[in-house]
Amino acid sequence: MNITLKVWRQRNPNDTGRLVTYEAKNVSTHMSFLEMLDVVNNDLVKKGEDPIAFDHDCREGICGSCGLMINGRAHGPGRGIATCQLHMRGFKDGEVIVVEPWRANAFPIIKDLVVDRTAFERIMQAGGYTSAKTGGVPDGNAVLVPKPVAEDAMDAASCIGCGACVAACPNSSAMLFVAAKVSQLALLPQGKAERTQRVLAMVDQMDKEGFGNCSNNYACEAECPKEIKVTHIARMNREYLRANLVEK
Amino acid sequence: MSKLITFYKSSIGKKILMSLTGLFLCTFLMEHFVGNLLLFKEDGGRAYEAYTEFLLGNPVIRFVEIFLLVGFVLHIFLGVVVWWKNRTSRSHNYVEFRLKDNTPLASRITIWTGSFVFIFLVIHLNSFFVPSRITDTKVPLYDLVAQAFQSPLYDGFYILALILLGYHLKHGFQSGFQTLGLLNKKYSTLVELFGMIFWLIIPLGFACMPLYFLLIHKLGPSAMTIGVN
Repeated sequence: MNITLKVWRQRNPNDTGRLVTYEAKNVSTHMSFLEMLDVVNNDLVKKGEDPIAFDHDCREGICGSCGLMINGRAHGPGRGIATCQLHMRGFKDGEVIVVEPWRANAFPIIKDLVVDRTAFERIMQAGGYTSAKTGGVPDGNAVLVPKPVAEDAMDAASCIGCGACVAACPNSSAMLFVAAKVSQLALLPQGKAERTQRVLAMVDQMDKEGFGNCSNNYACEAECPKEIKVTHIARMNREYLRANLVEK
Repeated sequence: MSKLITFYKSSIGKKILMSLTGLFLCTFLMEHFVGNLLLFKEDGGRAYEAYTEFLLGNPVIRFVEIFLLVGFVLHIFLGVVVWWKNRTSRSHNYVEFRLKDNTPLASRITIWTGSFVFIFLVIHLNSFFVPSRITDTKVPLYDLVAQAFQSPLYDGFYILALILLGYHLKHGFQSGFQTLGLLNKKYSTLVELFGMIFWLIIPLGFACMPLYFLLIHKLGPSAMTIGVN
């Protein structure tokens, strides 16, 4: 299949950037989207041009490195997949595909399709952890966690921090990411001890980073590659309200 | 005090205040609707006049009115502040952004439906609240309403505002519960059904009022003599 790509090219953070058109010929339908970009980059290198910069690592949907806005959708068409899990069979022969980086003031562009997502790291550093010494592996029945709670926490823990929620949100809100982290720890006994300080610190850092507010239109849930539910946002709101009421 | 300021300054704090004021305004809407159903009583407006006199003479209602005003001002102010923050958190827009594939229309236009409802509110207050409470025209409110709704243009504007209010509440009502952390698998259907009272039944009922006065109700002699604001 042949594809026309319109890719956002931006030399550095200060460059204005623009869409550049590339023709990708003889693309296999079995290729992943990133492999197709690899092929395009090979051609660019052969021609002595600067290859398109994009983030990637594991290429199996678990590291959260990749993330492209493809035809106006975070991680492209399809539900519950990261960009690396998107295959060219999802596109039509002759299709024009617009590829852009995540866009949010809190995610400044470094180059082309690569954005700086260290804002997420700073939110995690503010409280996305437990400081209790857990020692060795506890006995299986020493700390009882009901199955539905464990499942809910596990769903939240599946967040890979790719930033699709921010990219898909009309307000560039990071609420789904922060909610997943707050929720995961607040649900489990080991995380409960610090739940008050955690939610206050993480929300405070989220606001400092310049993310927008949640307007509950749930575009984040629809585009999340791990299909994290907005019920976690409700839990974070509850945690935040509770923390403000009980904080000493 | 500093904790309250921190709460207000936070994104979630502002949203929680918006939810509380929004849901409070919904309770007012319910009261306003139920009271105004008396307009449909074919008794020349006697029951409706008795109801408005009861409201005017009731100190509790007058006291609650202050909260109503504060509720409106806070909800509108916070709505604009939050909207502006959201608008400015992405300086460079996408060339292609298919937001509508994933989100319901009502959730994308809340600020605009809210703004229109605000304009409607100003005109609505000028039509009924100002003559009955401020300039004190001594004209029975029932006649004022009956007269105002004789204008198809005014009725059209009124009905359009109610459709947009419906859209505003279709998103806003469930959104309020989500922000307060009260929406989960167990209650979401209940909230959705309960929300229909506010976004569907109440606006529909309110829309019947101008249609009733335009198409069914015959003006009494006292209403014939007054002008429309």
